[in-house]
Amino acid sequence: MNTHAAPSLVNRIYGPRAWLALAAFALIVFVAFPVANLVLPASSPLHLSAYWVALAGKIMCYAIVALAMDLIWGYAGILSLGHGLFFALGGYAMGMYLMRQIGREGQYKSDLPDFMVFLDWKALPWTWWNSDQFWWAAFLVVAVPGLLAFVFGWFAFRSRIRGVYFSIITQALTYAAMLLFFRNETGFGGNNGFTDFKRILGFDITAPQTRMALFMTTGAALILSLLAGRYIVTSKAGRVLQAIRDAEARVMFCGYDTRHYKLAVWTFSAVLCGIAGALYVPQVGIINPGEMSPANSIEIAIWVAVGGRGTLAGAVIGAFLVNGAKSFFTQAFPEYWLYVLGLAFILVTLYLPDGVVGLLQRWRRRLRSGSTVEPVATVKAEGDNA
Amino acid sequence: MSKIFGWCAGLLLMLCAQAQALDAALVGRLMTGDSDEKSQAITELVVSGDPAVAPLLQAFADGDLQASGSRALITSGGRIVDAVTAEVLPALPDDHEDLVVNNRMRRELADALAVLKLLSTERADRLSAARTLVNGADDAMLPLVKKALAAEQDSEIRGLLEGVAASMEIRTGDTAQRMAAIIKLGEAGGSNAKKLLLPLTVKNADGTWAEPDGDLRAAAASSLRSIESRLAWGERVGLVFAGLSLGSILLIAALGLAITYGLMGVINMAHGELMMIGAYATYVVQSLFRTHLPAWFDWYPLLAVPVAFVTAALVGMLLERLVIRFLYGRPLETLLATWGISLVLIQCVRSIFGAQNVQVENPAFMSGGVALMSNLVLPWNRIIIIGFALVVLGAVSLTLTRTRLGLFVRGVTQNRTMASCVGVATARIDTWAFGLGSGIAGLAGCGLSQIGNVGPELGQGYIVDSFMVVVLGGVGQLAGTVYAALGLGFANKLLEAWSGAVLAKIAVLVFIIVFIQRRPQGMFALKGRSLDA
Repeated sequence: MNTHAAPSLVNRIYGPRAWLALAAFALIVFVAFPVANLVLPASSPLHLSAYWVALAGKIMCYAIVALAMDLIWGYAGILSLGHGLFFALGGYAMGMYLMRQIGREGQYKSDLPDFMVFLDWKALPWTWWNSDQFWWAAFLVVAVPGLLAFVFGWFAFRSRIRGVYFSIITQALTYAAMLLFFRNETGFGGNNGFTDFKRILGFDITAPQTRMALFMTTGAALILSLLAGRYIVTSKAGRVLQAIRDAEARVMFCGYDTRHYKLAVWTFSAVLCGIAGALYVPQVGIINPGEMSPANSIEIAIWVAVGGRGTLAGAVIGAFLVNGAKSFFTQAFPEYWLYVLGLAFILVTLYLPDGVVGLLQRWRRRLRSGSTVEPVATVKAEGDNA
Repeated sequence: MSKIFGWCAGLLLMLCAQAQALDAALVGRLMTGDSDEKSQAITELVVSGDPAVAPLLQAFADGDLQASGSRALITSGGRIVDAVTAEVLPALPDDHEDLVVNNRMRRELADALAVLKLLSTERADRLSAARTLVNGADDAMLPLVKKALAAEQDSEIRGLLEGVAASMEIRTGDTAQRMAAIIKLGEAGGSNAKKLLLPLTVKNADGTWAEPDGDLRAAAASSLRSIESRLAWGERVGLVFAGLSLGSILLIAALGLAITYGLMGVINMAHGELMMIGAYATYVVQSLFRTHLPAWFDWYPLLAVPVAFVTAALVGMLLERLVIRFLYGRPLETLLATWGISLVLIQCVRSIFGAQNVQVENPAFMSGGVALMSNLVLPWNRIIIIGFALVVLGAVSLTLTRTRLGLFVRGVTQNRTMASCVGVATARIDTWAFGLGSGIAGLAGCGLSQIGNVGPELGQGYIVDSFMVVVLGGVGQLAGTVYAALGLGFANKLLEAWSGAVLAKIAVLVFIIVFIQRRPQGMFALKGRSLDA
């Protein structure tokens, strides 16, 4: 390797075909969707209704979360069962700003958000300081999940908590936060959370143009997160992370301080989730403590597992597959959705350790080699020779 | 049945036998007066001791009394009888109107009837009457209460009546009687007595004592102190009991996990759902008893316990064979797969039994409780759950230490290869051990069905808690699980008394998170030198 010149950044991040795919994706998000939704008349067969825009926007937010999860689980081997917390915190930070944007148009015609009037509060609590400023909301979206993850990770990695223990205490963390946010006294709307938003940055939040702008922002955020993630995992630090995943003790004995690597990627992952949450709330129009339930966080893991751990594109694909299936089933066969999700958990862990992307790669490799010999790599579980 | 019959017969007898009849003027006031006059009339009627008063007031309370001018017509039993003259009328006169029973009247009538019932020959009647009077009764009834007290033999009823009499005397008696009453309340009273004594020890707005007699005041203050210390003890004991109860619930929920996770290292997220299966098995057994063996209904737990165990154990063994055995040594994958299993199980139960909670009825001996103190009642079902948890704990620890299966399980846990070499069928042992852990989860579900709701989400509520218990206690043995469960139970209840339930729960979770940072191995860790322990 040393004799070769280091590949340029562009080549390092993706090969030409992946770049092409990414460009195609960008074309869909930035050209096809706006045209189909805003330009084409509703009578046209190619017209895209607001429902589809909202759904695709929502799933792209989930895809960012899946990407963040893949960074720490697929690459660093840390399974977090608390990523829903960071997602919800970002959402709440944005939700506070959106609540303030309602102004006096709430039910009680007060400067305070409706739920505070309902609780007979006279002034905003300190947590709402500056919450009418967008820049402050944007800052909180990054800072709160980032800081919480940093502090939590600092102590957890210092104590060498790993594996299942780490998963379980992250689950306890999000569970505790959910209980906290359910309380009215916490000052974030209790059970109902935030909803009934009217405006964002002064624009009507229900207008198709605003929704399209939010959709495109989400698309941009997804593409940027993907590139940033690729940048990290193809860097030297990314190599160290994968080494930590495979044999942490050996990496430590080689002289690396594994805590720093884990802490950095863990915090970055939490920040990504916060951003996804902030983009999610204005598009979905509600945020409540239910987002922090442990079940939600575990579901994130299955998006990644279905798509394929250890490939960032896989995480994105997984998020689209599982959530697409979810919105199909919860509408068409609501009683079967839990069966599908449950079986996905079971079958993917048993038979598809590399997810859909891994399966495709294996097929492609077999086609290319033209032989029936099983590739040596990564095949651990039984039932893969199908 | 015979009781009601006796009561009715008594009524009829009184109706027929009354010769001299009720005081017509008094009845007239009851018919036509305003609320104050009515309540006065009720009291005077009761004090008059006339046997015809009871049916009259009963009819009034039941809404079976019609007023026709100042005549009172009792319409119960299909006949129309003039209460004063006992004359039977063929039809209601045209000017009849319903007597309205408002809340105040209803309360006073209940008290008055209770006083009358104090002389009943049925112990249950007298007991319920005394309980009604404890919550306050008209002072004018005092002579009747004293009369009843003099005739009363039963110690429980006597205790209640003494309190009632004291609370009346404290307001109305002469100094000596009041003093005696204050002392008596101090010896036996509860929070009701506190309410009576408190006014005696405070100052009026103008600075004078509300109670002019200094001796009485001092006696009241000392009685108050003794009542308060007794109440405080009741609260403390209640808190300890609540902690013990929660601890036993956590223990029974976590015991199965201590085997599957603690010994076998399988992260079973479907553990809560196995508990749910146990609870539903109990529900099915209970329903079968109700429809087919209603006479034996109280005995259904005897069958429900083994059924819950076997059902959950079979499901667990099936899961082990089909899914979990392929994932040994890959804890994170196990976690996800078992989470999937839990979703499937939840949906299965929803499809079979519906999404709503189902009703599991306690057998008669488990309802009610032991009244230890005036403000402390220990419910039987909680007491029995504590005992049940102890029995299960004993059975599990005996199974692990004294049986062949337990020996093999421990052997396979400690050194799988070696156990296999000396001829232990490790794969089969895994299945049995997992079945044992699952069966215990089923037992936990059976126990929980007696104290909480049974619904498809039953297990979800316990999964975080039970993992906390196992993680806190340390992996690999039961002692840690026991201490952690009881410790968490107490901590939760103590904090709850101090800061409210939700904050207490949050505080405990945060404590565990911090504790694990300090001691990742839990409270009791197996000693070893492995880096990746």
